Amino acid sequence: MTRVLELDGITKRFGAVTANEDVSLHLDRGEIVALLGENGAGKTTLMSILFGHYTADEGTVKVEGAELPPGKSRAAIKAGVGMVHQHFALAPNLTVLDNVMTGTESLWKLRSDRRAGRKRLVELSERFGLKVDPDARVSDLSVGECQRVEILKALYNDARILILDEPTAVLTAQEAEGLFATLKDMAAKGLSLIFISHKLGEVMSASDRVVVLRRGKVVAERRTAETSKEELAELMVGRAVKRPERPPATPGAVLLEAVDLSLGGRGGASLKSVNFRLHANETLGVIGVSGNGQTTLAGVVSGLHAPDAGALLVEGQEVTRFDVPHAIASGIGRIPEDRNAEGSIGDMATWENAVLERIWSPEFSKGGVVKRGAARAETQAIIDTYDVRGASIDGRIRLLSGGNMQKLILGRVLNAGPKILVAAQPSRGLDEGAIAGVHERLLEARGRGAGVLLISEDLDEVMALSDRICAIVNGRLSPAIPAEKANSQLLGLMMAGDWSAAEKIEGDNAL
Amino acid sequence: MRFERRDHPSRGLTLAAPLVAILAALLGAGVLIAIAGANPLEAYRLILKGALGSRLGFSEMLTRATPLILTGLAAAVAFRARLWNIGGEGQFYMGALAVAAFGMIPAIAALPAPLAILFCLIAGAVAGMVLLLLPLGLRLKFGVDEVVTTLLLNFVAVLFVSLMIEGPMKDPLAFGWPQSVPVPDSALLPKLLERTRLHAGLVIAVVMAVTVWWIQSRTVFGMRARAAGLNPRAASFAGVPLGRTLIMVACLSGGMAGLAGAIEVMGVKGYVSTDLSPNYGYSGIIIAMLANLSALGVIAAALFSAVMFVGADSMSRALGIPSYIADVTVALSLLTMLVAIFLTQYRIRK
Repeated sequence: MTRVLELDGITKRFGAVTANEDVSLHLDRGEIVALLGENGAGKTTLMSILFGHYTADEGTVKVEGAELPPGKSRAAIKAGVGMVHQHFALAPNLTVLDNVMTGTESLWKLRSDRRAGRKRLVELSERFGLKVDPDARVSDLSVGECQRVEILKALYNDARILILDEPTAVLTAQEAEGLFATLKDMAAKGLSLIFISHKLGEVMSASDRVVVLRRGKVVAERRTAETSKEELAELMVGRAVKRPERPPATPGAVLLEAVDLSLGGRGGASLKSVNFRLHANETLGVIGVSGNGQTTLAGVVSGLHAPDAGALLVEGQEVTRFDVPHAIASGIGRIPEDRNAEGSIGDMATWENAVLERIWSPEFSKGGVVKRGAARAETQAIIDTYDVRGASIDGRIRLLSGGNMQKLILGRVLNAGPKILVAAQPSRGLDEGAIAGVHERLLEARGRGAGVLLISEDLDEVMALSDRICAIVNGRLSPAIPAEKANSQLLGLMMAGDWSAAEKIEGDNAL
Repeated sequence: MRFERRDHPSRGLTLAAPLVAILAALLGAGVLIAIAGANPLEAYRLILKGALGSRLGFSEMLTRATPLILTGLAAAVAFRARLWNIGGEGQFYMGALAVAAFGMIPAIAALPAPLAILFCLIAGAVAGMVLLLLPLGLRLKFGVDEVVTTLLLNFVAVLFVSLMIEGPMKDPLAFGWPQSVPVPDSALLPKLLERTRLHAGLVIAVVMAVTVWWIQSRTVFGMRARAAGLNPRAASFAGVPLGRTLIMVACLSGGMAGLAGAIEVMGVKGYVSTDLSPNYGYSGIIIAMLANLSALGVIAAALFSAVMFVGADSMSRALGIPSYIADVTVALSLLTMLVAIFLTQYRIRK
C-alpha cells in the first residue's frame, strides 16, 4: 500500500479553545477512511488545515511524501487534494461546465477552451458514474446533483485524494446510498477518500477504516470490519449512550385533527387533502423525503399559514385564525425545522429568544411594555430545568451549540405546557448525546398526556418514538400504521408512494 | 489575514469604538488641514473654541444639533428594523411644509400658543410619516426596494415644496423671494436663551431620543421591530406580524424626520424655503451610523457633528481653510466608525 497522505502531530488552537491536539492520521491509496466524531470534535478544523484554509499551530501535512506549505489551498489543490464542502461552493447562475472550469484556467487567457473542458468533464463523469448534464444551470439541479458537480470539480482538478465534509447531511437516504456506491467505485479505481461523518450507519457501511475524533484528539482507530456500531458510538461520545425506549401508552382523546387539509401554490411543498388524527398520550410520526410537504404541514399546524381548504380541529374546535399567537394560546407547542434560521435570532439575547413567541401574553407584557423581570426569570428557569449549557440570560444566543440551542427551544416550548407538540426534524444535525436528550423530552411530553406530531426524515427516529407512522409523499399523507408493524422496507415503500400494504394494515386494524 | 467573529464583543470595546473612530477621523482630516497650510492642532482648537467657547457659539451648536438628533433618530429607528429609510431629507421638508400649511388655517393661528404648537408638531410628524408609508407600502405590496424609492422621493419632496412656495403658499410680502407664508406667532417655539437662536426644540429632540430608547428597549413593539430586522423568518415564526411592525417603524421613523422639519421652521426660520436644510436628512443617516443605531448615542453623535459644523465655520474665517473640512471630518468619521464597529465584532488573525 502506498501512503498518499500523512498528517503528523497537528495542533490548532483558537484562543483558549484547542480544536485539534496532536492529531496524526494517514491515508493509503485506494482506501476510504471515515473521520468520525461529534459536532465540535474538530473534524472540520482538521480537514480545513489539510486543505490549507487554516494554518496549524504545530504539525505537518504530507501528500505523497512531500510536505505541503501551510495555509495555501492552491498548493493543496496542486498536490491533488480535492475538497467537497458540506455547503456547496457553486455559482447557481452558471452551468455545470462553467462551475467545473472556474479557476482552472489562467485569468490572462483570452479564450476559454470550453470544448476540451467539456470533453474532459464528460469523460470523468462517465468514468466515475457521476451522471450530470454539463449544460444544466446549477440552480436547476437537485442537491444530490450539486454534490456530484462538486465532486467532478475536484476530479477535474486532478484530485487523487478527495475529502468530503458530511457528504450525506443534505442527501436523502437513496441519494446517500448512491453516493457511497460511487465513492467505493472511485476508491477501487485508485482514488483515496476521507469522509467526515457523525452517522454510525454510513461509517460502518462505506469505510475501510475509521478514525474517531473526540475533543480534538484521536481517541481510536479501527478497521471497519473489526468494529461495531456500539463500540464506535461509545468511542465517539466517550461513554455509553442509549437512546431512550418508548414506554407503552394508551392514547386518549383526539387533540388535533386535520380534515381534507389542502394548501396549494407552493410547488412540491403543497398539501393535498391531508387527513390525520392525533390523540393525547400519542406520538404520530410523519416520515418523508424532504420537500414533500412536511414543512407546509408543520407550518399550518404552527399557525404560519392558513390552508386553502379543509379544516384543522384542536380539541374538536375548528381553527379559524391561523396565526402564531392563536396557535400557541390554543396549546400548540412548536419546534421549528431549522433552529438557526427559524427557531432563533442569533444576535438577540437568550431571554429575548426564550420569550419572543409568547411576548403578547399577559405573563410577559402588560400594556405593550415587556415584563423584563418575568421574562428573565422564565429564561433562568428554562436554562436550569433543561440544562442549557453555555447560555446566560443576556448573552447572544448565537454562541450556543446546536444541542444547547435545541434544549433552549424545547425548554421554551415545553415550559408553557403545550397539549400538542409539533416537532419538525427535532434532532437534525445533532450529535448522539444531544439526540438522546431530545428524544427523552419528546417522550416525556407524550408521557404527561400531550400529543406529539413528529415530522422527521430519520427512519430510526420515527420508528423509535412514534406510536403510529404515516408517510408524506408529494403533499399527500398515507394511512398511518402502528409502529409495531413498521419496518424500514415497509416505510421505504410508503415514502415512495406505494401505500397498498399500509392501507391493508390500516384496514386490518379497523376490523 | 482573516477575520474571525468575536464571541463576546466586550462592553468596553463597544464604548471605546466611537471614540477611537472619531480620533482616527480627526487624524485623517488633520492631514488635509496640514496640506491646506495650517496647523491641525490650532485648527481643532479653533473649532472647539468656535463651537463651545462662547455663549453664542454654544447656543448655535445646540441649535444645529436639534434637527440632527431627530433626523438621526429617524434613520436609527428604521435601520434597526432593516427598513432602509434614505428619505429623511424629503420627510424633513414635508414636515416643514405641513407646519406652514397648517399655520395658514386661521383657526389654528388663533389658538393659544401651546395648542397651536402641539397641532403644528403633530402635523409635521404626520407629513413625514406619510412620505415614508408610501414607499413602505410599495415594498410590502410589490417588493419595491425602499432604498431607491425613499431616496428619489427626496427630490420629489423638495420640488413639491418649491412648487408650493412659488405658488399657493408664496409669501406676498417677501419681495418675490421663494419662501412660504410665515408661521403664525402662536406656533413659534419659545426661546431657551435670550438673544440666541436656541429654542425649545432641543428639549423636544432630547425627550424624543429618550422616548425612542425606551420604546426600543422596553416595549413589545421595540423587541419585535428588532427581531424583524435581525431575522425576519425567525421573527415571523415567533409570531411577529412583519408588515404591521414595519408600518409602525415607518411611522416612528418618518415621524421623527417630519418633526425635525417642523421644529426647524417653528424654532429657527419661521417660514419654509428650499434652503431650510443643509442636508439634515442625509446627515441623520451618518449620525445614526456613528451612534451605532443607538437612540441615546444619536444625541452624542449629533452633538459631535454640530460641533464640527459650527466650529469649522469660525475656524475657516480665522485660518482661511475651507469650512468643507467639517464635511470631510464627519464623512471620515463615518468611515472610521464603520471600520471600528466591524472590529468590535471581529478580530483579525494572521
